[in-house]
Amino acid sequence: MHNGAATTETLAGDVRPLSTARPGERGVIVHVGDHDEHGVLNADELERRLLELGFVEGAAIELLHEGMIGGDPIAVRVDDMRVALRRREAHAISIRFESGN
Amino acid sequence: MTDVTLSPLRAALVGNPNSGKTALFNALTGARQKVANYAGVTVERKEGLLTTPAGRTLSVLDLPGTYSLRARSPDEVVTRDAVLGRLQGETAPDVVVCVADATNLRLILRLVLELKQVGRPFVLALNMFDIAQRQGLQIDIERLSKEIGAPIVTTVATRKRGLEDLLRQVDAVAQTVAPGENVWREPTSADLRHAHAEARRIVKACVKPAERPDTITGRIDGVLLHPAAGLAILLGLLFLMFQAVFTWATPAMDGIEAGFAALSELINGVLPDGLIQSLLVDGLIGGVGSVVVFLPQILILFFFIIMLEDSGYMARAAFLMDKIMGGAGLHGRAFIPLLSSFACAIPGIMSTRVIDNKQDRLTTILVAPLMTCSARIPVYTLIIAAFIPNTTVWGFVSLQGLVMFGLYAAGIVSALTVSFVIRRIFWRGSVEPFMMELPTYKAPDIKNVLMNLWIRARIFMSRAGRIILPLMILVWALSTFPYPPEGATEPAIDYSFAGMIGHFIQPVMEPIGFNWQMSIALIPGMAAREVAVAVLGTVYAVSEADGATDALASLLSSQWSIATALSFLAWYVFAPQCAPTLGVVKRETNGWLWPSVMFFYMVGLAYLAAFVTFRAASAFGLG
Ligand SMILES: Nc1nc2c(ncn2[C@@H]2O[C@H](COP(=O)(O)OP(=O)(O)OP(=O)(O)O)[C@@H](O)[C@H]2O)c(=O)[nH]1
Ligand SMILES: [Mg+2]
Repeated sequence: MHNGAATTETLAGDVRPLSTARPGERGVIVHVGDHDEHGVLNADELERRLLELGFVEGAAIELLHEGMIGGDPIAVRVDDMRVALRRREAHAISIRFESGN
Repeated sequence: MTDVTLSPLRAALVGNPNSGKTALFNALTGARQKVANYAGVTVERKEGLLTTPAGRTLSVLDLPGTYSLRARSPDEVVTRDAVLGRLQGETAPDVVVCVADATNLRLILRLVLELKQVGRPFVLALNMFDIAQRQGLQIDIERLSKEIGAPIVTTVATRKRGLEDLLRQVDAVAQTVAPGENVWREPTSADLRHAHAEARRIVKACVKPAERPDTITGRIDGVLLHPAAGLAILLGLLFLMFQAVFTWATPAMDGIEAGFAALSELINGVLPDGLIQSLLVDGLIGGVGSVVVFLPQILILFFFIIMLEDSGYMARAAFLMDKIMGGAGLHGRAFIPLLSSFACAIPGIMSTRVIDNKQDRLTTILVAPLMTCSARIPVYTLIIAAFIPNTTVWGFVSLQGLVMFGLYAAGIVSALTVSFVIRRIFWRGSVEPFMMELPTYKAPDIKNVLMNLWIRARIFMSRAGRIILPLMILVWALSTFPYPPEGATEPAIDYSFAGMIGHFIQPVMEPIGFNWQMSIALIPGMAAREVAVAVLGTVYAVSEADGATDALASLLSSQWSIATALSFLAWYVFAPQCAPTLGVVKRETNGWLWPSVMFFYMVGLAYLAAFVTFRAASAFGLG
């Protein structure tokens, strides 16, 4: 929220799905949706559920923890709340990651 | 003519999960509905009455939490229908009280914008304001109120702060704001984005970020959700819980046992030998007393569960177990219902309402009774105390506690296996998504913990009074009448109705090593598992020639072989010895099909497990 959309957009884009993130990586959501092969929910339903839980473009994201087996599920901070989800669903969320240091 | 009396008002508490709606409901109405620190505690509507400062009767409705009115699971349907006035015989509430977690306003403001479309007058309660203040969060309430077009009050539900204010605003809104037209429709993703943007703008305008944001949760999670240590800690906690159930309770149990023994002595001394004395000593003290003795164990178990629920650990446990649960074909949200089933399968089955997919929900319902509920504790403890030596292994672990842990583990493993089979063979379904909020940790409130334990103790004692006591009178009568004929050689109970019934069923139970006394115990044990212990108490007390005051455990150890005892335990891991559970399954699934399926598969497994156990143990020379 604090670093404003304008600055993040001018940064070199490291845009990847949230499902590829490692613990400690942060960024901003740039897109929620693209995920046609979920298998259970159609893309629209998954998109709406993610939106309702606060995964919306512009929200700040940080990957906090991951599970033991295969790094799944993951716990992420979305603005002021913490949410657990599986990487499979996280694939539908694209993040512009902060260039790491 | 008298003044016009004001008509009663109806208000509904609506908000995101875990925002404190039920805590507020309890504070307002004096109710004692379950409050706990994870999303999805409330799954039903509950109504309570109170009087507002203006003297109006207010009926308050507590509802399941939701992120959206677009109901996706059975609990959310209740909330949607209540808000829209679609529930049978109910109109929409006069006032909606929107309950917000003041430390996380963005999500609830999105829901507020959706709720506005329903057109009901509403008040926003900024709950958990104590936490917001502690964090130094600055909220421009006046501005926020203007932005959302409704009055705002700050509340601390757990400390009963702000309630007067809230009620005054409810009164005022009901008086002055006319309901608008209901223009709600399911939001599309574009609608959702639009509302989010609006909510973000409002938050930016009205809320200054916390000066001292919560860092404790992050630090605790660093340990508890650690990829390697996390699961070990969870297992360690469960292990500690079952050890504690077994070892901590002993002094208190000895005390209760001594009390009942003294009472029997007293009655034996005061009353002449005869029917009344036999009813009191054998039927009531021998029966009900043998169950009441387990109160300390049940309370210790609940103490652990309440601490896990209140602290916020439950959601973490679900996170840690997700991969394993998923491997067994269970839905990610099935964990909390299954863990609740350690207390009792009934609330466990009800809390499956948070699972949206029907097959996932059914699978969870079907395996929930395999989790070791607290009513099995008396049965397990009795048999363990009688047959497992009270020694220590590896220096610090009680062997009896270890066997107890083994029985719990058997329940968990069989639940996972059954669900695996269901999902692989019968419903080859796909995996549902798992998304769950991880609440911030809160120190459990001592008052709340004690009150919950008190409620549990009352439930347990009232079960003893309402179910076990009348059943025991019946069992006592059945095992006393008819009297044996003149010159009978066998113990009197062999000639009684109970003896006849027991002998009649016994051939079926013979292959699994049950004697006829055990066979009798299984029938009233259908009403509730712990009744079996009471029945054994009575049956053996009555069949003892001199009404021996020997504790039931030592009596059993002289009467049963180890193989029989193990077989009885195996039976109890699986058997559906609980009519109320089957009743709840019928209600939750709308029909007799699923309770029947549950009954037969569990009886089948129980018989099989007991058979295998008995035969194996006999083969090892324990028969
Ligand atoms: N510090 C503080 N804690 C609160 C307050 N209100 C509720 N809590 C705690 O917040 C947690 C959630 O409270 P509940 O009343 O169960 O929440 P709910 O909104 O009914 O949750 P669901 O039924 O799951 O939708 C519990 O641990 C409460 O003790 C408050 O005003 N201050
Ligand atoms: Mg609730």
